[in-house]
Amino acid sequence: MATDLVVRFAGEGGQGVVTAAEGLAQAAARVGYHVQTFSTFPSQIKGGPTWAQTRISTRPVLAAGDQLDVLVVLNRYAYDHHIEECRDDGIVVYNSGDFEIEDGNRCIGMEVDRLARETGNPLAANMVMIGAVAALAGMPAEYFTDFIRERFTRGRANDAVIIEGNIKALDLGMDTVQETGLTVAGLDSPPLTEGPRVLMRGYEAASLGAIASGLDVFVGYPISPATTMLTFMERYLTGDGSYVGQSSSEIESITALIGAGFAGKRAMTSTAGPGLSLMSEGLGLAWMAEIPLVVVNVQRGGPSTGLPTKTEQSDLLTALNPGHGDLRIPIIAPGSVEECFYAAAHAINWAERYQGPVILLSEASVAERQQDVPRPPLSSIRPESRVTVNGSEAIDGDGPPRRYRGEQLTPFPVPGGPGAYVANGSEHDEYGDTTHLPKWHLQMTHRRFGKLALLEEDLFESEGTEAQIALMPWGGSKGPSRAAYLALRDRGDLAWYFTMFLNPLPPALLEELRAKELVLVPELNYLGQFAGLLRQQGVRAEAITQYTGLPFKERFLTERIRERLEARTGELVRV
Amino acid sequence: MTKRNPDYDFKWCPGCGDFGVVRAVELALADRVTRLGEPIENTVVVAGIGCSGNLVHLQEGPQPFGIHGIHGRTLPIAYGVKAARPELNVLVAAGDGDFLSIGAEHIGPAAKRNMDVTCVVMDNGIYGLTKGQASPTSAFEAVTPTTPLGKLDDAMNPLELFLALGVNYIASMLSTRPRDLAATIGEAMEYPGFAIVHVQSPCTTYNDTYAALKGNPKQGIEPAAYPLPEDHDPTNREQAMAHATSGRIPVGLLFRAPESIPMYQRLTGARERAGQREAPDVEALLSTLEI
Ligand SMILES: Cc1ncc(C[n+]2csc(CCOP(=O)(O)OP(=O)(O)O)c2C)c(N)n1
Ligand code: SF4
Repeated sequence: MATDLVVRFAGEGGQGVVTAAEGLAQAAARVGYHVQTFSTFPSQIKGGPTWAQTRISTRPVLAAGDQLDVLVVLNRYAYDHHIEECRDDGIVVYNSGDFEIEDGNRCIGMEVDRLARETGNPLAANMVMIGAVAALAGMPAEYFTDFIRERFTRGRANDAVIIEGNIKALDLGMDTVQETGLTVAGLDSPPLTEGPRVLMRGYEAASLGAIASGLDVFVGYPISPATTMLTFMERYLTGDGSYVGQSSSEIESITALIGAGFAGKRAMTSTAGPGLSLMSEGLGLAWMAEIPLVVVNVQRGGPSTGLPTKTEQSDLLTALNPGHGDLRIPIIAPGSVEECFYAAAHAINWAERYQGPVILLSEASVAERQQDVPRPPLSSIRPESRVTVNGSEAIDGDGPPRRYRGEQLTPFPVPGGPGAYVANGSEHDEYGDTTHLPKWHLQMTHRRFGKLALLEEDLFESEGTEAQIALMPWGGSKGPSRAAYLALRDRGDLAWYFTMFLNPLPPALLEELRAKELVLVPELNYLGQFAGLLRQQGVRAEAITQYTGLPFKERFLTERIRERLEARTGELVRV
Repeated sequence: MTKRNPDYDFKWCPGCGDFGVVRAVELALADRVTRLGEPIENTVVVAGIGCSGNLVHLQEGPQPFGIHGIHGRTLPIAYGVKAARPELNVLVAAGDGDFLSIGAEHIGPAAKRNMDVTCVVMDNGIYGLTKGQASPTSAFEAVTPTTPLGKLDDAMNPLELFLALGVNYIASMLSTRPRDLAATIGEAMEYPGFAIVHVQSPCTTYNDTYAALKGNPKQGIEPAAYPLPEDHDPTNREQAMAHATSGRIPVGLLFRAPESIPMYQRLTGARERAGQREAPDVEALLSTLEI
């Protein structure tokens, strides 16, 4: 018996590979397994090489899985491109309606489209594929029939016909496989999980976290892979007093957020690389005028239009310093679907707390994948509200309250109430009036940077901290890095650290990292951006980079880290 | 704010048209406070970058809230304020460079959303703050530091543009008549929709158009500005377009769409119909994702 089953469906966009992977994940989650999906496709609407993967496990899933137990391929191109990742004892299910595999003894030909048509529902091709996988892994039909009934009971006249067609498709897929007698190692029975669980995607988690934290205004401009958050908000951020709108550009999004934040509301947008670049000047204004707002940047491959539908972690430097001049934007980068929920809630709280812009740095693979996670208890979310001017402070001895008084955070005057001032993007005095006097630029610069201390929180994971070499990934590289760490943990010479708070870093974490001989940082970019930032802060950090548009594989990382551990007597990074 | 604040270190040149505009804004806001009983703090002035935008720091008397942001983005900032707090009174103040060049992309969307904001565009036909370069409204063949051979681009006609973009309320005014201007700004603020008060506000230093606007019969200069005739019907788009493209500058209320449903009402109406007036229930949303 096996703890894990890794299945990949590969074909053309529109052939149902994504729905097959997700249907498989949903059905498996329903009966209690842990699941994670991953899908990738080119930037085109119909067609193009597309693949989607599902990992089903008796343990919480850290990464999508390197080696395929089952590979379902719908055309020759898909077979040629994915067969290398299939285990030696894995099974290939191929669409024999489209091509033939001559020499395969662990290959099962199946006329997927013809079988689907036989059910009377050509759209049921994905269920034929799911049936084949279920039979291979010895999963009982009821897992899927119950799922089909639930999913297609939608209160429409033809529900029964659709359910019947899909069940027939499932049976046809199962029968075809069973006739061959081939199997992969059967999955252990589902684990006993405690407490309620939800199956969600990263962007759903982030959206819900933001709403739970009191989000009022969301304005966005469509861009992959961040559009899903905008459409989620358009549907679900309802109610009097809230606002959701599509802007005419990211310049409009960010400046609209400045208006909304100034007006006293919690405001958010979602975007990706090109949009973040357009927000440059606006983010500078928010920093300068001290306006709370949150930008969710879902990283894709860059620069320029780059790889719009692929994943990368290459916007970190831009997020930290998106605009000209002296500024450093607070950044929270969630490492998993579950963390997206808490990260978004935290980002809104940070913006309120220090009265300034915050970037939630997500990435395509985290935002889009589906994963089962413990249902987040809303009691764990404590929405914070900015300190505001109230009537009594308005008369503070020597005149009206001053928005930018001193070098510490001051109460925020809300339009409609006392304390009228000018929120100014030019350097200003304590009233917000423009000035070029050096004393004010000094004071305001200290004020803007000093407020970051309000965000220092010692929230981080650590393990095996006696070791002199540490592994510290960031963002979505957490999952595969953690898997690699678990594979190497017993050696006893590797420590583990992770935080989603990249700026400011938890001070206690920084102190521990500075004491290490070497900190290895897996990250999906060419420059080794986070490692470079850590070096600037006095940490002997070295990046393990990858820039293929795909997430890390656990085995690749495990090997790279092992090599580095074994070469440790060699040269180490000097800071 | 200058009076109480000696560190504020910006001054307009003597005779700058913007003095008339700030006076008109002060009058209009004070009048609004007395007439509607609305506190001055309910108004937000969103200012552009240019000599003109400094209006936000130069208002005397009780102060409204202000945002002095970045060049060209007054309209989307105002959009955010209105989206967040529809009950606030939002006034945009921007120069012709700010509003019609770098910020021109925002006029169309603002008009189509019909956001309930009043814009005072201070048109001096030049970039003042950056020392006299050509602006979209500088005349064809005008010689400026950036157009030493004479401006090769045709001059933009802002009133024609506003009409074409579907702006629902358009007035064309002069900075030399602050009381008329104040009355128009007051009306525009009460109009339920997107309003632009386009003001000829001459730059004494780089583009002094006082004489040209007023004309000088002795020197045989025909006045460029003329009052809209008594019988002009501001609800008639064709008439408005005829005046906008007359080759001269009409003064008065050019166009006012009789029907105007502002941004916020559209949203609440649509939500009412869709049954979405209630705030989201996160527990219920999580339950839909429960396994
Ligand atoms: C993005 C950006 N580009 C350029 C500038 C420089 N700049 C400041 S004001 C201005 C033009 C001012 O002209 P206008 O808007 O007509 O206002 P005026 O000074 O004439 O009142 C320019 C180009 C800037 N501040 N920001
Ligand atoms: S340069 Fe022109 S626009 Fe600027 S303050 Fe002087 S007169 Fe006014």
